[in-house]
Amino acid sequence: MTEEIIIAGFGGQGVLSMGKILAYSGVMQDQEVTWFPSYGPEMRGGTANVSVIISDTRISSPILHEFDTAIILNQQSMDKFEKTVKPGGVLLYDPNGIVNPPSRKDINIYKIEGTKIAADLGNVKTFNMVVLGAYLKAKPIVAMESIRKGLEKSLPERHHKLIPLNLEAIQAGQEKLEAVNEI
Amino acid sequence: MGELRLMKGNEVIAEAAIRCGCDGYFGYPITPQSEVMETLMDREPWDETGMVVLQAESEVASINMVYGAAGSGKKVMTSSSSPGISLMAEGISYIAGAELPCLIVNVQRGGPGLGTIQPSQADYFQSTKGGGHGDYRLIVLAPSSVQEMNDFVDLGFELAYKYRNPAMILTDGAIGQMMEKVELSDYKPRMTAEEIEAKYGSWATNGKKANREYNVITSLEMDSAKMESNNRRFQEKYKQMEEEEVRYEMFQCEDAEYILVAFGSSARICQKSVDLARAKGLKVGLLRPITLYPFPKKPIAELATKVKGFLTVEMNAGQMVEDVKLAAGCSNSSVPVEYFGRMGGIIPTPGEVVEALEQKLIEA
Repeated sequence: MTEEIIIAGFGGQGVLSMGKILAYSGVMQDQEVTWFPSYGPEMRGGTANVSVIISDTRISSPILHEFDTAIILNQQSMDKFEKTVKPGGVLLYDPNGIVNPPSRKDINIYKIEGTKIAADLGNVKTFNMVVLGAYLKAKPIVAMESIRKGLEKSLPERHHKLIPLNLEAIQAGQEKLEAVNEI
Repeated sequence: MGELRLMKGNEVIAEAAIRCGCDGYFGYPITPQSEVMETLMDREPWDETGMVVLQAESEVASINMVYGAAGSGKKVMTSSSSPGISLMAEGISYIAGAELPCLIVNVQRGGPGLGTIQPSQADYFQSTKGGGHGDYRLIVLAPSSVQEMNDFVDLGFELAYKYRNPAMILTDGAIGQMMEKVELSDYKPRMTAEEIEAKYGSWATNGKKANREYNVITSLEMDSAKMESNNRRFQEKYKQMEEEEVRYEMFQCEDAEYILVAFGSSARICQKSVDLARAKGLKVGLLRPITLYPFPKKPIAELATKVKGFLTVEMNAGQMVEDVKLAAGCSNSSVPVEYFGRMGGIIPTPGEVVEALEQKLIEA
């Protein structure tokens, strides 16, 4: 199994940390992982993206031009990454702020109202975990137990009290995933 | 099995330094390597192992602090990114001239000049052919994974002490910023002055003992005849490195008709290119130099008699291609050696490499 994912959105949405938690979960179940960020002078409000690869075998290139899954959280990223999903792959997006929804017919398209669900949970910062939950519903590539361990490893100890809230957000995301186009 | 973590390449350099018993780090921040010192400062190793971590006022100061501390026999290092390494060039030449061990990490970014903060491999010439003045060489290690960022810190120090010569880890912003699973090394205690002397001989200026002459650390020699004999000794040392320290890795080269040659992050990209090319029925292999100096001339010369062509893939305008041409030429072979690369912080994709291979070698 090899899963190649791009997660793209605004800086500050938790794109990089979502990728890190996912990658750490892979480490927790003894898989090979890479986490490759777009790094640069970007800051909050600019664009941010990270590609994550989780695999049972040695990973070759951490730099990719097409992906099994794209998780897209703003319009700029939709414009850039919709076309990079492999035929038959998965595109997951949050419709908040999306003017031109994805139109491809050869991929599986899902949406998650992450912004709204996180607000309903009472903590908008859990947005990225809602989206992560939705992704894991569409593609259960890591076990929930590994996600919990991944959270423990990625969050500094002083934030461990937030783990139950994060798990709740992940669960909400899993429950509220909507299929837009399934092939 | 050591401790498993998910870490950035830069963070791993810092962690590996602490664990291998490094005595001191002197540096100055620059993107994309700032996490090295950031991690060290966060870890506070002075409480744990006694390691000194110091942010100097400039790169020039940090390399000269390394020079001074290395002269006392201590296991010391610095790190920077391309423009900062240029500033250090004078000090590196002095350290090589004074025959001192140290480790220098260059997390390359695009140049020339202030350039960009994105990954590049354009300091190949600077690292392997000089950089500073005079006839000196660095031992240059090129990691292609976060795991090798860990492994090469200890290896770099070991080689630096074995040859009393600066060693460099030549990496780039991609590997420095990327996170991968890494198995951390176990802790080694810092060496005492006595242990260093017992293992590597008495050359450090750490206090004259009654039973020996003064040790003198200098790169200056006003007598040309003596300076020439110093140079001859250096050249002997470099020759020994070429005989004993060459490291490289080959992927699917056994039946290959075309060989990609790439180091560091380019080599990772090329592994995927090999898979893509093989899926198209092309017999392609990859040779990855791990030591850029000493360069793996022999395996290239051997392959040159068997294959139809070489393509070097570099994130620069074509630097290592010159060494591959020299090596391939050693076997009197007229096999074509081509180059493909991107510059200025752009990373080639695996697909682009296959296209370049087809255009430059297969269809040519």
